[in-house]
Amino acid sequence: MDQNIPQKNLKLARNLLIIAIAMFGFGYALVPIYDVLCEWKWIERDRPDAIKQAKEMAYEIDKEREVTVEFIASLNENTPMIFRAETQKLKVHPGEYHTVNFYAENKKDTDINARAIHSFSPAVVSSFVDTITCFCFDEQVFKPKEAKKLPVRFAVNPELPKQYQTITLSYTFFDNTEKSVKK
Amino acid sequence: MSAVVAEHDDHHDDHHDHGPAKGILRWIITTNHKDIGTLYLMFALAMFFVGGSMALIIRAELFEPGLQFVDPQFFNSMTTMHALVMVFGAVMPAFVGLANWMIPMMIGAPDMALPRMNNMSFWLLVAGVLMLASTLFMEGGAPAGGWTLYPPLVLQTGKAFPFAVFSVHLLGISSIMGAINIIATILNMRAPAMTLMKMPLFVWTWLITGFLLIAIMPVFAGAVTMLLTDKFFDTSFFDAAGGGDPVLYQHIFWFFGHPEVYVMILPTFGVASTIIPVFARKPLFGYSSMVYATASIAFLSFIVWAHHMFTVGMPLAGELYFMYATMLIAIPTGVKVFNWTATMWKGSMTFETPMLFSIAFVVLFTMGGFTGLMMSVAPVDFQYHDTYFIVAHFHYTLVPASIFILMAAGYYWLPKWTGHMYNEKIGQLHFWLSTISVNILFFPQHFLGLAGMPRRIPDYAVQFADWNMISSIGAFIFGISQLLFLYIVIDTIRGGTGEKVSDEVWEDAHKHGLEWTLPSPVPYHTFTTPPTEIPTEHI
Repeated sequence: MDQNIPQKNLKLARNLLIIAIAMFGFGYALVPIYDVLCEWKWIERDRPDAIKQAKEMAYEIDKEREVTVEFIASLNENTPMIFRAETQKLKVHPGEYHTVNFYAENKKDTDINARAIHSFSPAVVSSFVDTITCFCFDEQVFKPKEAKKLPVRFAVNPELPKQYQTITLSYTFFDNTEKSVKK
Repeated sequence: MSAVVAEHDDHHDDHHDHGPAKGILRWIITTNHKDIGTLYLMFALAMFFVGGSMALIIRAELFEPGLQFVDPQFFNSMTTMHALVMVFGAVMPAFVGLANWMIPMMIGAPDMALPRMNNMSFWLLVAGVLMLASTLFMEGGAPAGGWTLYPPLVLQTGKAFPFAVFSVHLLGISSIMGAINIIATILNMRAPAMTLMKMPLFVWTWLITGFLLIAIMPVFAGAVTMLLTDKFFDTSFFDAAGGGDPVLYQHIFWFFGHPEVYVMILPTFGVASTIIPVFARKPLFGYSSMVYATASIAFLSFIVWAHHMFTVGMPLAGELYFMYATMLIAIPTGVKVFNWTATMWKGSMTFETPMLFSIAFVVLFTMGGFTGLMMSVAPVDFQYHDTYFIVAHFHYTLVPASIFILMAAGYYWLPKWTGHMYNEKIGQLHFWLSTISVNILFFPQHFLGLAGMPRRIPDYAVQFADWNMISSIGAFIFGISQLLFLYIVIDTIRGGTGEKVSDEVWEDAHKHGLEWTLPSPVPYHTFTTPPTEIPTEHI
């Protein structure tokens, strides 16, 4: 047998191992790549942090149509809060601005930092709802037993395709205290 | 055709000093590719029965609506563990075992390129699977969120969570080392006359599979590491509260997961392309197109992953792209099915057990392929997603495809490995029982899925009762039939029919592959000097 084969084998094995390690890195590189791709205008859809503070647009109000907007409030696993939507359901004309309130209360005797994550159902309507004021933009700090009224001001874009007659806007509060304290 | 005793006597007395070590230690310290191949195959067979028992627990619970035997948490652990054990403990190790046994003999090499690493990758596999199995006995139970380990659900796993992650790491390292070894063997150890385009297709498909493994296993290891740090070290890769996104996990997972399913099917194609020409007594139709089709499928597997997640709320452009790219896979796969059929066309076929399993593979895999094509259509997939339809689909592509071909490979090469002929009657009985019951088992699941029965549930609405009962009956017949295979393997090792098999075992097989030019049973060391003549009937 060719004397060089053991060396050739080791060299090839080393190169293949380098590929494997690089692919491990590639797995992590997918995280920023995903963020960048999701920023692209044509790909942007329904990221948790996709809601950006926006100016109130002057839409032409479409009096012909009515869209039902439903509000859902929920808590993640062990978030020690009371959280509910004060308005369950609202019929709006596309283009009109409305404000609805949510009620949130800290049940514990210590401070909690909580963050609300929103989601739209069906997912595709997210780019047709403009949220001007939202408690989901920032982390919320609750003093012990503190209760807050949290407003959301929004409008449905009149360009919303006609087949969507009901939109569900749901908020989930996550207890972020541990992570915030460590920072 | 069957064994004809060869007249020539080639007792080889030149290697007595290099025989296997004595006793149990032989199997622990061995670096011989045949021993390691045997270890892999035995381990895979054992895990096939472990994973199969889990499947039978699932089917027993689903025999009737309502909760009968197990609580829902354990049921979910069973679906999760069944998948992990079958994928990482049975199918992948079985093909690595075949690669270990056959690739050096098929390319005229004396052993694998890196024999010590070969030993290590086997024992790491055992360690990984044992660690995974140990999670069954931990507080909070084994992982129960599905084999895809999606967050945030998987983060609710109890004490077992870090062990599951570390076991994935071990399994990943084991497969990567196995893949490196196989690639190095194929690229560096071939007999000089064995050029790339003369290699048997099993070798070709494993060369490509090796590269797939090296590219994807590290990505999976990365994804589960992110889960681990999310849970224990306050990172927020997938944690929405910290600005992460659970959908990102699905993208990373399926970047691994889609090529992973081809890791299990490409060597299957390779074995089928090896067996069918021998029993059709014709050269393989379209050898080079088979090679290119395999490479195309491997390439496409990297760019279609999001068809597993059409329902996560992707933009329309994404849905369209992944839909069309997925449909494209049907073309090289169709080339393969066409070639197998054309190989059999006007061949002088005989129907021994390996050929029966291979023909069943061609037919039933094609059915699994068609349902795959149905689900590639994004708007329709919204109905099929996470129903029993997808369960039926991937079981058709894995059980009567990968598993059947592994059975075929067992029947095909056992006489060469052991020097004994298996019992053809029991082999055929095993085939017919398996083929009939596998369809009773999985075909009704198409109907259940189309009617809307979700997967991974321990209880269901009464409207699904009938087909579930039929499916469960099929499952038990299928499961029990596999004991025949276990019997045949043991029986053949211990002497089989008592008939002495010739070197080529199957009529004219020596024209199809180098392994049939060796004595039966194969001596412990083979091709210490490379062969000069290469059979070319397979190309």
